[in-house]
Amino acid sequence: MEELLTITFVLQTLRITIPYLLPSLGAVYSEKGGVVNIALEGILLSGAFAAAAGTFYTGNIIVGTACGILAGIIIALIHSIVTITFKANQIVSGIALNILAFGITKFFCKILFGSSSNSERIPGIETLDLPFNPFLLLCVIILGITYFTINKTRFGLRLRAVGENPQAADSLGISVTKVRYLGVLISGALGGLGGAWLALDQHSYTDGMSAGRGYIALAAMIIGKWNPMGAAGACLLFGLAESFTLQFQDSGIPTQFIQMLPYVLTIIVLAGFIGKANPPAADGVPYEKKD
Amino acid sequence: MTNHLAVEMKGITKTFGDLRANDSVDIKITKGTIHAIIGENGAGKSTLMNILYGMYHPDSGTIYINGNEAVIHSPADAIKLGIGMVHQHFMLVNTLTVLENIILGDEVTGALNTIDKRRSRQKVKQILNNFDINIGLEEITGTLSIGTQQKIEIIKLLYRNAEILILDEPTAVLTPQETDELFKTLKVLKAEGKTILLITHKLNEVLGISEFITVLRNGKVTGNTETKDTDKDQLAGMILGGSFESIKRKQNSPAEEFILEIIGVSVRSDKGLPAVKDLSFEVHRGEIIGIAGVEGNGQHELIEAICGLRDYSGSFILNGKPADKDLPVAHIPANRHKHGIVMEYNLAENVLLGREGEAEFSTGVSIKEKALRAYTERLIKKYDIRPAEADLLIGGLSGGNQQKVVAAREMSKHTDLIVVSHPTRGLDIKAADFVHSVLLEESAKGKGIILVSSDLGELLKLSDRIAVMFNGKINAMLDSATTNEREIGSYMLGLSGSGGDKG
Repeated sequence: MEELLTITFVLQTLRITIPYLLPSLGAVYSEKGGVVNIALEGILLSGAFAAAAGTFYTGNIIVGTACGILAGIIIALIHSIVTITFKANQIVSGIALNILAFGITKFFCKILFGSSSNSERIPGIETLDLPFNPFLLLCVIILGITYFTINKTRFGLRLRAVGENPQAADSLGISVTKVRYLGVLISGALGGLGGAWLALDQHSYTDGMSAGRGYIALAAMIIGKWNPMGAAGACLLFGLAESFTLQFQDSGIPTQFIQMLPYVLTIIVLAGFIGKANPPAADGVPYEKKD
Repeated sequence: MTNHLAVEMKGITKTFGDLRANDSVDIKITKGTIHAIIGENGAGKSTLMNILYGMYHPDSGTIYINGNEAVIHSPADAIKLGIGMVHQHFMLVNTLTVLENIILGDEVTGALNTIDKRRSRQKVKQILNNFDINIGLEEITGTLSIGTQQKIEIIKLLYRNAEILILDEPTAVLTPQETDELFKTLKVLKAEGKTILLITHKLNEVLGISEFITVLRNGKVTGNTETKDTDKDQLAGMILGGSFESIKRKQNSPAEEFILEIIGVSVRSDKGLPAVKDLSFEVHRGEIIGIAGVEGNGQHELIEAICGLRDYSGSFILNGKPADKDLPVAHIPANRHKHGIVMEYNLAENVLLGREGEAEFSTGVSIKEKALRAYTERLIKKYDIRPAEADLLIGGLSGGNQQKVVAAREMSKHTDLIVVSHPTRGLDIKAADFVHSVLLEESAKGKGIILVSSDLGELLKLSDRIAVMFNGKINAMLDSATTNEREIGSYMLGLSGSGGDKG
């Protein structure tokens, strides 16, 4: 057990938590405003690919990261147009975009890197060399900003209102469409940033590297009861579970069991400890103006 | 254009499909007065006010605010012109605090668009003081009573410096005491120079508080008068277009024999808390028992238990025999869209619901279309359902006609016990009257009826006895011949009686 409490283990856990936390905070913005963003999985993947491509061509990880964010925003924009402007079903749109993202990343990977399974090696972030991981710092700052934005600012108040009772917000002259767009676009940016971290951490893009993290991020947000701090706590829990998985890989326990841990945890926590979660009342419901 | 007019609307027309909701309506509202707009449901009152508030856009017509022509495209425009509206269904975000709801959309912000809570609170407190309203600003809105939520709506308008306040059916959901308090507030507002537009269909209230009255019927103005120059009968004539005689009170008196005995029944709410506590009463043959109570005092849970929709402890004895979980009961539910009808079904299918297995309508494999059709047409005729088309989707019917469909189906079940919740909520006078006559007819046949309603007038008119529920218990069992709305109201609020179980 002692080896668990080392600095390395803690850093590893935090490192693993990052790609859960960023999309999870993104999901808070989107769902507080009333839009279910299951497209986060595809956003994460597109972000990773765009970041790898951007870094590969410019050699600059900051430009690469910006590309990742932009890719996330583009997918989120499509999701917004489809679900907010055209009021299509949010789950269907999300699933469609995820499938699209999987295809399109494979397609461009083949074109840009000559292989549909992975990119060439790119410069990345050597977390072990740095006393402080810049992404980790960024995560803490973003978590603080998110908490503050949701609870203390005008935008946060309006976001909560349009997710809970859009008609009430509309009757007070608030543009439900505008506020919801902003929420989904922010979630796209954060998802894209999370994807960029995946690529930079691995020094390459590999096909399908989001590996369900977007879905787990959504689950974490639900476990965290749609609150940024709660979501962060749940993400840390998943990070911890995955960190154990790595730690116990050679312990003699069949690895399949250990790899199940994060998913079993999701189900247990959702069913047993949290009980009935209360989403924003208008979450998932397109707003139809009367008249 | 004299500027003592706060609002003038000229030639307002608005159509929804084939329906002319407003047909060249002209109306003038004098500044600093309480002006009532009355009419049946569907007469166009709400449409007209929604146009004034920018929720709807008129097909034609002009609006003048304080003598100046105004173009109102959205509620935001209306708010800028000093117009505010309290909707029939409150526009509140239940999870936010009272303060957050009040400032929403017009927040006082500091650096970084942060909400300046201290200054917001000061601003709101100032309004509360000016208009003598008392309310806790940090409470979560969804936990407060309907009366308090309505106050929040009014404060929201005052916070936005509204000079013209529109209230859509404000008293529909209030107890008489809460109504008194509301009217007191409205009088204070008037004294401060505000103009108030009151949409309602309760004539007594109109006569009590307003100075001017405009009557709408089928989208047209049929009356425009000062309140002091008119009376109830004249107004009723304008509302209904010709004379209309309401049905008489109940004629038959109940028999000695019990239809239903409720003995020590307890029921829990959705949250698992005790909602009905060890409650007992009897329903006689031919009796209508009214159940009054502020919403959330166990009426809903009691009804669900009787109808087999909710678990309970205690026992029901039907016609002298202990009944198991499924009492044979006809049920007209409070929320007909949720529990009474399937909106995507047509009339015939809705009439069939729950009887699809009976030999009369089923071959065992398929539905006997012809028999169903003939049966539906009989019911359509008997209950005067319009339009009289068995194939029509029920969503296309008016609320009154939908309710007739529910009543038609339930009454044809031929059960001894009928349970009815808010049967006339949202119905106009004629449709409500029809539903009342159906209930009285069934009662005369010797059936037992339990009637839950928030309309005390309805309870007094139909019931033999009125059970007032408070805190899960019957706080008083009143004889409707000798009681009145005020007495019922004070038992509803727990001001009289044992006050139920305070815990």
